[in-house]
Amino acid sequence: MLLIPCPFCGKRNESEFIYGGPVGADRPDPNAATDQEWVEYLTVMPNPLGPVQENWWHARGCGDWFTIWRDTRTHDIVEAPDGTK
Amino acid sequence: MMINIITIMQKYSVFSLARNALSGHRNWPQAWRSPPLKDSYDVVVIGAGGHGLATAYYLAKEFGITNVAVLERGWPGGGNIARNTVTIRSNYMRDESIPFYVKSVAMYEGLTDDLNFNMMHSKRTMVDVVQTWPKLRELRRRQLTMDIYGSTYEQITTEEVRKRIPALTGGGPDARLPVICGMVHTDAGVNRHDAVAWGYARAADARGVEIHQQTAVQSLLRGADGKIEGVETNRGVVKAAKVVVAVSGHTTTLTETAGLKLPLRTMNLTAFVSEPVKPLVDVIVNCPDSGFYFSQSDKGEMVIGGAPDMGQSFRRDIKQHVFEDTVAAMLSLFPSFKKLKLMRQWGGHLDIAHDASPIMDQTDVPGLFVTAGWWGGYKAIPAGGLTLAHLVAKGAPHPLMAPFTLSRFRHLDFVMEAGTTTAR
Amino acid sequence: MAQSNRRAAGGRIDRNQPLRFTFNGNSYEGFEGDTLASALLANGVRVTARSFKYHRPRGIMGHGPEEPATLVELDGEDASGNRPATTVPLREGLNARSVNCWPSPEFDLGGVNQLFARFIPAGFYYKTFKWPNWHLFEPSIRMAAGLAAAPFKPPSKGHFEARYAHAEVLIAGAGPAGLKAALDAARAGKRVFLADEGTEAGGSLLNRNLTISGRPAMDWVADAVAELHGMQNVTHLQNATVWAYREHNLLIVNERAPEQGSILERSWRVRAAEVVLATGATERAMVFGGNDRPGVMLASSVQAYVNRWAVNVGTRVALFTNNNSAYAVAADLAAAGIIVTAILDSREHIPKEALDLVPGLPVHPATVAAGMFGHKRVRAVLAAPLSGGASKWIKCDVLAHSGGWNPTVHLWSQSRSTLQFDEDLAAFVPDQAVQPCRAVGAAAGDLTLDRIIDGGEDSAYGIEPLWRVDVPGQRGKAFLDIQNDVTVSDVHLALREGYDNVEHVKRYTTGGMGIDQGKTGNINIIGTVALQKGLPLQEVGTTTFRSPYTPVSFGAIGGLREGWGLFPYRHTPVTQWNKDNGAVMYEAGARWRRPGYFPKSGEGLQDAVSRECRAVREGVSVYDGSPLGTFELKGRDVPRFLDFIYSNIMSNLKPGEGRYGLMLSEDGLILDDGVAFRLDEHRWLISTSTGHADAVNQHMEKLLQTEFPDWQVMITTVTSQWNNATICGPKAREVMQALDTDIDLSPQSFPFMSFREGAVAGLPARVVRVSFTGELSFEINVAPRHMAELWDKVMEAGAPFEILPVGSESSHVLRVEKGFLSLGHEVDGTVDAYDLGMGWVMSKKKSDYLGKRSIELRRSGGGKRHELVGILPVDPNQKIPEGAPLTPGGRKEATEGLVTACVWSVVNDHWVGLALLENGHARQGETAHVRLKKNVIPVTVTKPVFHDPEGKLLRS
Repeated sequence: MLLIPCPFCGKRNESEFIYGGPVGADRPDPNAATDQEWVEYLTVMPNPLGPVQENWWHARGCGDWFTIWRDTRTHDIVEAPDGTK
Repeated sequence: MMINIITIMQKYSVFSLARNALSGHRNWPQAWRSPPLKDSYDVVVIGAGGHGLATAYYLAKEFGITNVAVLERGWPGGGNIARNTVTIRSNYMRDESIPFYVKSVAMYEGLTDDLNFNMMHSKRTMVDVVQTWPKLRELRRRQLTMDIYGSTYEQITTEEVRKRIPALTGGGPDARLPVICGMVHTDAGVNRHDAVAWGYARAADARGVEIHQQTAVQSLLRGADGKIEGVETNRGVVKAAKVVVAVSGHTTTLTETAGLKLPLRTMNLTAFVSEPVKPLVDVIVNCPDSGFYFSQSDKGEMVIGGAPDMGQSFRRDIKQHVFEDTVAAMLSLFPSFKKLKLMRQWGGHLDIAHDASPIMDQTDVPGLFVTAGWWGGYKAIPAGGLTLAHLVAKGAPHPLMAPFTLSRFRHLDFVMEAGTTTAR
Repeated sequence: MAQSNRRAAGGRIDRNQPLRFTFNGNSYEGFEGDTLASALLANGVRVTARSFKYHRPRGIMGHGPEEPATLVELDGEDASGNRPATTVPLREGLNARSVNCWPSPEFDLGGVNQLFARFIPAGFYYKTFKWPNWHLFEPSIRMAAGLAAAPFKPPSKGHFEARYAHAEVLIAGAGPAGLKAALDAARAGKRVFLADEGTEAGGSLLNRNLTISGRPAMDWVADAVAELHGMQNVTHLQNATVWAYREHNLLIVNERAPEQGSILERSWRVRAAEVVLATGATERAMVFGGNDRPGVMLASSVQAYVNRWAVNVGTRVALFTNNNSAYAVAADLAAAGIIVTAILDSREHIPKEALDLVPGLPVHPATVAAGMFGHKRVRAVLAAPLSGGASKWIKCDVLAHSGGWNPTVHLWSQSRSTLQFDEDLAAFVPDQAVQPCRAVGAAAGDLTLDRIIDGGEDSAYGIEPLWRVDVPGQRGKAFLDIQNDVTVSDVHLALREGYDNVEHVKRYTTGGMGIDQGKTGNINIIGTVALQKGLPLQEVGTTTFRSPYTPVSFGAIGGLREGWGLFPYRHTPVTQWNKDNGAVMYEAGARWRRPGYFPKSGEGLQDAVSRECRAVREGVSVYDGSPLGTFELKGRDVPRFLDFIYSNIMSNLKPGEGRYGLMLSEDGLILDDGVAFRLDEHRWLISTSTGHADAVNQHMEKLLQTEFPDWQVMITTVTSQWNNATICGPKAREVMQALDTDIDLSPQSFPFMSFREGAVAGLPARVVRVSFTGELSFEINVAPRHMAELWDKVMEAGAPFEILPVGSESSHVLRVEKGFLSLGHEVDGTVDAYDLGMGWVMSKKKSDYLGKRSIELRRSGGGKRHELVGILPVDPNQKIPEGAPLTPGGRKEATEGLVTACVWSVVNDHWVGLALLENGHARQGETAHVRLKKNVIPVTVTKPVFHDPEGKLLRS
């Protein structure tokens, strides 16, 4: 059970949250993207052996959606890598 | 040449055991060889887990391709095959899936003879304990479709469920989720996972396949023409025109080195066993509405599985709150298990495809094959190995695996079996 | 005979509290403070168990959770199986018996297995039992396995509980290092959580006669405990095992028999800023022929029984060691008046400080034990000089052995922190921590008291490892894993056959896979592999340490929340009314329970449902629609938000109007269906299906917060703020009028799919004209506090019209007759709106909405589509099971469709169904075939509507 830093409530047990999946690519313009680009946007998610950015919802708390960077090898919540939000 | 190798493989039997007993068991040969690593092979299989070893075995046995190396980072049989709940069944929902698993179950039943290694296959039936009407409707749908493919599934009453599973004393009429009936899948069984890995390894080795432990593939190598050319390992470059990636959980880690993107995410699935106790339950018990399943091993341990943790992870961790929920659900139906003790628990990581169905295909990199997305892939090892070997050898998918190729994503034609059962 | 081995004085037992107990049917007496093991030894019981595979007689070998040999089952209130006798506190009336032997460990019929031992080496079952098949052998193997009996009923009284705790420092283990760490942290003002698995604090000091600054070490322990108890910031638990170390420094503690009477066990989930592992060390066994015989015991255990429990486990004790710790044992034994017949030491040069502890005792350097004489009790040990000289038998009734000490690194390793092999200590010790965690004391490799406590007096460790005895003339089996009967030759066999990874060895031989998880023996397996392969131990490595550290009852893990606690249900203000009026309650999704149907006395399901359907079609009915998910959306950007999440256009609705719509996922799958109403310019109300309300809420919030943070949309869940009674049927308007409302009910001023606010039966209400049945319907929404009153008034006003409450079964029939979509039936992840004949809901005007591109892409693939059709069995009385496949010609081949629903239609006097059929829209009028196991049912393909196809009634 992770201890997740909610930006609003502070560190809380994972059981208060709902996992919202990894942050994927930005949504392409559906009227401009090629089929392959669209499929890739939908189905291919980052799956790094290392930090991944993911969405969490503090559903049983303040209701905030936010992202964290979590290392998939250790589950450590890490600072965002340089150059990202 | 091949025939010679086969005769070298010592036949296991009660007679050979007796003979060896008299010599103090000093003359048993190696189950598989440790040959030197060559510079090149016809086929390199990455990963000596269940699917990798089975693919190598069937390449040799069915297609005569014996110049094969299985490269394993750790030890043969150390993949997810070492961390699963050995549930073998074919009660799937769709035309795409059922015949594949029917084939796999049938192959498992003959595997002891085929590999001359006792798989301890025990066809002991799975009983689904049904607690909601929508679940029953879904299982009835399976039942009627499975019948087309010769897989058995029958509805039984609550009384019959309790007779077959005497320890099921919860779920009475006043319970939160009362038991409303059961479904019986007589084709289901369990066996010994180590025996499957070792049996395939030994039999593949006897046909000339080389198994190389402690040989970690670091990257895939592509030629100037874009085709696969081989692999880079901690022991140097190994060339091969065909490379099979069978490394559940780490598929994308490897395929990214070839510039390939696959619709896979890696996550944890956990299981646990109780202390060993005398025989209590002789069927596989699956409780899809409560989210757990178990069977009692021949050693007496209850081998229990529950829900996966959907977060991405390469750390084999146990989510305490998920685990507690699974245990609480189990105790709701099996209150006497309060006195039973947890003995060991573990997690394994696996990769799951966007539609949660497996992927077996040649990728966009010519010569590079993947078998991935297995979630409950233990039961699929024989058919997965056979059909992938077919694809590698013949260049065209075996009809049973055709629904599981990568091309389905091209038009988002998903194979939607996900979330339709608990037992993996 | 009574307590014949109990010393006259001393020990941490209360001689004023004798306790009677039964073991294998014989009665004995012990004292408060005893464990079952110490009491058995005090009574001279030597054979206490039979081994798992060979059924060899075994005795008690250890004194704590490491005990591999003697597992017992307890009867009565605290019934449980597979308990090491060393961890069972004695209590009055305790009734225990050995596991895995019959009729008793003294005379065990399974012992016949010993005769066949050579035929059942490691892995034998992989090679045999294949012919004719495994099923022939499996039942008897299952009977033989399994150790204790299975539990067959839950605890008859008492309960479990769970707590959360937060600590600045969690300390596992209250031995000298743990107490010191606790004192340091507590004095610094930190919140300390100290948990120890034993019945009292002190750890190894309980068993040894050591001093700290000249005072007995246990006095120091007592002072430390007293000081800790005086501090508010300290939680100190005994009988509390830290059994799991999870991610983010979450540790799980199992506290047994807490002070409150009715609590059986308590589970603590402790989140700690820092973890200190003071888990001590476990003595490991020596590996030599006959090392499993009753009377062969760990040296530290022999010492513990003498000092802590005042039990002389033997009268003539020989010792066998490779380190100095056994010399302190010998000294304690000699001081207790026990004859020490020999100290066999595999080391050639024995440190003077060790020898100084045992003046006058017979020490044999460079000598090993190479066999034991005696079957059910040890009578002599075969002393074999390593130099190769003549072996000789030395009399003893106990052999106390020490193969060295292993830091207890289970928790450390569970935390994913790494281990390294320390050559000086000949043991794996903590290396790099990956969580905020440190090991202290023996757990960190500081194996002697002087290294832990200032003023602690102890002799140096001085180990020279000996992984197994390997001398000519060794006698008997040398066991590496006592519990699973794994011998040195088993490991050699595994290696010979190529199972040469330590994980292979473990799995092939089952070494270390017992309940004790190889606490005394795993290291020797690693050592044996290392010797055989000529590798350093670091390279062989350990097998994975897995939770739990020691077995934990499932009751303690989940026993608090089973049943209603795990899965609480939601009810509406009329749930009780429904039950009182005979409703059969169904699980309705999202934890709601709703009435399925209201049978009259003696009435079956079908008759009741048909009666309810007739009331809706011909008279009037009411149902409680409160569980439908309802959300109020407020803000300037709601229109464009709704246009994005629904496939059709919502933004052009005028205040008071509503529209049905579909929500799709970005994949183009159907997420939900429902209606949206515009309350006024900036306020909207949307409803979702009951089961998907939470998913829709998550979906909307995620979009708004992550994709459109600038959009002004505020979502409030109002499912439980508005309850509703829905009046439905041709006479619905008359009932509404009888209820007395200020809303103009005429179809002209209150048309279908519109919304009005007003008073109904004197209650403030929102009335909505939607219909899920195809009949005229008024959904009267009121505040929950008014719901029961509204319901009573509806029943009262409806009585003259014979209003009936109806359940979800009849709703299902009515919606099938109308071809209305049910997500649980017609939507299974493969169909889209076009397949369902709902292309009209897919906006052509909007350039973008969720799912649009994906559906276009999917349909461009030209794959086969399964389309929604109606089906009429050719035989009107032929029912078709839901979920039945349609196959071409009814043949046994791949399906071409699926029956999603089939109901008895009162208005048609016919079974009618819905199906998803390949190319179904073009096949209307054709005959299709439902294939069942035993028969084929021909059906006529129709439009998916069997009642009022023009929809006049619901608009009336």
